[in-house]
Amino acid sequence: MTKLTDLNIATARDGLAKGDFSAAELAEAYIQAVEAGRDLNAYITETPEVALERARESDDRRAKGDHIGAMDGIPVAMKDLFCTEGVLTTAGSHILDGFVPAYESTVSANLRSAGAVMLGKTNLDEFAMGSSNITSYYGPVKNPWTGSDGKDLVPGGSSGGSAAAVAGGLAMAATGTDTGGSIRQPASFCGIVGIKPTYGRCSRWGVVAFASSLDQAGPMTQTVQDAAIMLGAMAGHDPKDSTSAPIAVPDFEAAVTGDVKGLTIGIPKEYKMDGMDPQIQALWDQGIAWLKDAGCNIKEVSLPHTKYALAAYYIVAPAEASANLARYDGVRYGLRVPGDSLDDMYMNTRGEGFGDEVQRRILIGTYALSSGYYDAYYIKAQKVRTLIANDFKTAFQDVDAILTPTAPSAAFALGEKQDDPVAMYLNDVFTVPTSLAGLPGISVPAGLSSDGLPLGLQVIGKAFDEGTLLNVASKLESAAAFNHKPGREG
Amino acid sequence: MSYVIKGETGDWEVVIGLEVHCQVISNAKLFSGAATDFGAEPNTQVSLVDAAMPGMLPVINEQCVRQAIKTGLGLKAQINTKSVFARKNYFYADLPQGYQISQADQPIVGAGTIILDMPDGSTREIGIERLHLEQDAGKSLHDQDPKRTFIDLNRTGVALMEIVSDPDMRSPEEAGAYLRKLRSIVRYLETCDGNMDQGSMRCDVNVSVRPVGSDELRTRAETKNVNSVRFAMQAIEFEAARQVEIYDNGGEVVQETRLFDSQKGTTRSMRSKEHAHDYRYFPDPDLLPLVFSDELVAEIKATLPELPDERKDRYINDFGLSPYDAGVLVAEKDTAIYFEEVAKGRDAKMAANWVINNLFAVLSDKGVGISESPISAPNLGELLGLIADDTISTKIAKDVFEVMLETGDAPQKIVEDKGLKQITDTGAIEAAVDAAIAAGAAQVAQYKGGNEKILGWFVGQVMKATQGKANPGQVNKLLKEKLDG
Repeated sequence: MTKLTDLNIATARDGLAKGDFSAAELAEAYIQAVEAGRDLNAYITETPEVALERARESDDRRAKGDHIGAMDGIPVAMKDLFCTEGVLTTAGSHILDGFVPAYESTVSANLRSAGAVMLGKTNLDEFAMGSSNITSYYGPVKNPWTGSDGKDLVPGGSSGGSAAAVAGGLAMAATGTDTGGSIRQPASFCGIVGIKPTYGRCSRWGVVAFASSLDQAGPMTQTVQDAAIMLGAMAGHDPKDSTSAPIAVPDFEAAVTGDVKGLTIGIPKEYKMDGMDPQIQALWDQGIAWLKDAGCNIKEVSLPHTKYALAAYYIVAPAEASANLARYDGVRYGLRVPGDSLDDMYMNTRGEGFGDEVQRRILIGTYALSSGYYDAYYIKAQKVRTLIANDFKTAFQDVDAILTPTAPSAAFALGEKQDDPVAMYLNDVFTVPTSLAGLPGISVPAGLSSDGLPLGLQVIGKAFDEGTLLNVASKLESAAAFNHKPGREG
Repeated sequence: MSYVIKGETGDWEVVIGLEVHCQVISNAKLFSGAATDFGAEPNTQVSLVDAAMPGMLPVINEQCVRQAIKTGLGLKAQINTKSVFARKNYFYADLPQGYQISQADQPIVGAGTIILDMPDGSTREIGIERLHLEQDAGKSLHDQDPKRTFIDLNRTGVALMEIVSDPDMRSPEEAGAYLRKLRSIVRYLETCDGNMDQGSMRCDVNVSVRPVGSDELRTRAETKNVNSVRFAMQAIEFEAARQVEIYDNGGEVVQETRLFDSQKGTTRSMRSKEHAHDYRYFPDPDLLPLVFSDELVAEIKATLPELPDERKDRYINDFGLSPYDAGVLVAEKDTAIYFEEVAKGRDAKMAANWVINNLFAVLSDKGVGISESPISAPNLGELLGLIADDTISTKIAKDVFEVMLETGDAPQKIVEDKGLKQITDTGAIEAAVDAAIAAGAAQVAQYKGGNEKILGWFVGQVMKATQGKANPGQVNKLLKEKLDG
């Protein structure tokens, strides 16, 4: 019998249904794996008691013949940006010290009602701001994949803990959130599947906000089919989130037919950037070839405003963040560092509570919204955003999905790019335009770099057309037959 | 009735604009489901959204939107079927989000007008620039502890309508009339209770001055949170004089926020630190633009009650009241309803006189409003009925009114119990008239000699004999007949 931690959602679902093992056994196996894999620092908070309790509840449901949810008994990790009732929620920040929510985010509540078993809260870049999980107050996460020289690598970010947990066998699947690439880029770096759904598909209620107009939750899984199963359990209209789309959730798993014949796939010429890593270009070309072989039509498309995306993103996201993070003031919850006056208390609390990257983005955002700069920065960035969305709209008149690389490189070493924020921001160059346009994007592991590190391809879809996206991704997955495993597994 | 400030360098006039915050009457707060009762225990009406817990999101309360539309319609204003909520960023301990959700360049209501009823019966039209919806902040309680400030978040997130006037007012009296009229309108609409003493209607006063005859707009100073009509008028008077003095001395008025000191009736500058804000407004990404249909506006319009201006016109046109009397009666909806009940089926002018001249004096003595009037509208109406059908004279009616005040009894009962019914039996009156003539030979001689005023003596005698119950008209008629005959 295979190790329980080698299973994925679909195979575990079958095993549980057949009674090969119980949810409690599955949870136990993962609890042990989590303990054994602590050196990855993938979890901030482990919740073995919660996991066992929910696993037993799942077993009871099955024993009684009660309704079984899509994720019943499946052990998952929760990015520590989702508020979880009675469980410490940190957003990777010192400023939320000791914060235990009295409420459960809609997405985690949806997963729970689908029967999922929560293993713990995963590490992340502080307030989801970062591309390598090095800005967490709880320390960096190590990628289970190691370089040829044995050096520790970053898992990507901000959902680095979730990606490392799934890749390292410390969770069967995990939740992530993606603002500019925070699901897709770590998925690519860790050799797993990660989908950022259409903005509005998953509720943001109870998710610690980074940039409200961009934040979107999504699953990080071992396979495309798992992503389809889990997304179905996470998504849905939520009246508590005004930006949640009042649209029914289709059966994503059923949409993954493997038949992509006749679909037209767009290849955006602007994504072929100067100085692009030839390995990335080769991977992309390979992806194009696979889809062509599967009967897709390949069509070059133009997304002319791509080059402005990163700049616009780094105005809009920090601007929203500067206001979203104003509530962390030491008055009601989390860290409070006393001072002689209210202003001193604010400065002491926020000065100690926020890390450098968060402070940097609050400053950028505050500046961009300031009187006299607002039109030049924020308004202009919003205009660019509209142009980018229009680019996609135009392209999608001719194509069903768009294929691009997920990230410009494979995972890099811990400590690299740390002192160069702009180089760090470039990690998101392929993922940010999708975020600005609110469109769904998925990263699928498609090959290895010359150093033996995973590389992902990104499929971008039309709004609320995650079905097509998953189907195309599934074709790439089967063509790539990516079954490499990281060097260090939990 | 222009208001001129005599300065050393000449005559000045004052230019006033008002920003009024009206707390919306609603079941719940603007963006959360929490209740909005006044006077609840601190921090008992606070939702997770109000306390700005991580991950909490605002959802617009439709009832507050309807109330804003209704108020806009009451102000004859442009209703914007698309408006945008924006974040106004600043740090304060009673502002949990670190920003107030408000509306900036795209408010729900645009330009409108308010008609002021001035004491001399004239009217003035004042422009409304806009009305927007926003969240209220919490309360900082500085007097609970010597060292610490306590925070009460009950008010946090309660819906406010900020109603901004054009700088159209030229005297403290006009500003007072504006506030009273606005309060009257929102009370008629039942969109705000208008209780300035409870803070459900609050006023910021913008004042500048300029030489009489000039049409420039000079630098203004804003006085915050003035919580009565009288205080607003005092603040304007003080500000205008202060600014004139500055210009007279060759100085410049600085644009600043000032605080009203209700003890002294003066204003003082807030420390610059407290208002050096760059609010960094930007559209709230947690909320979609607020969009509604013309049909919704039409639906709300169809439910609008008769407003004070229309009611006043009706009183003038249908009841023949003077503009002044009509204005006084419609100012408060409760008064208007009371008056109409008194006047129903009766002489409206007489009803207006009784309400304005007799009842108001009593209410003002007792310091109570019309809703607590010791005399009910049906009873006052009945009293007027007794006068109209000659059951009692106007003079006796005033006595009955006094008894009604003390006992709350119905006038009919008082008249019967005290035997005050007017004598209209000609025989009985004639006997009293005859007796008076018989007893006043000297007075008869005077009358015959041309002194018609002496008739009053005879009337007095008759009234004395009948304890004032004789119908005065009949008495006069009979006396004349007999004396002239």
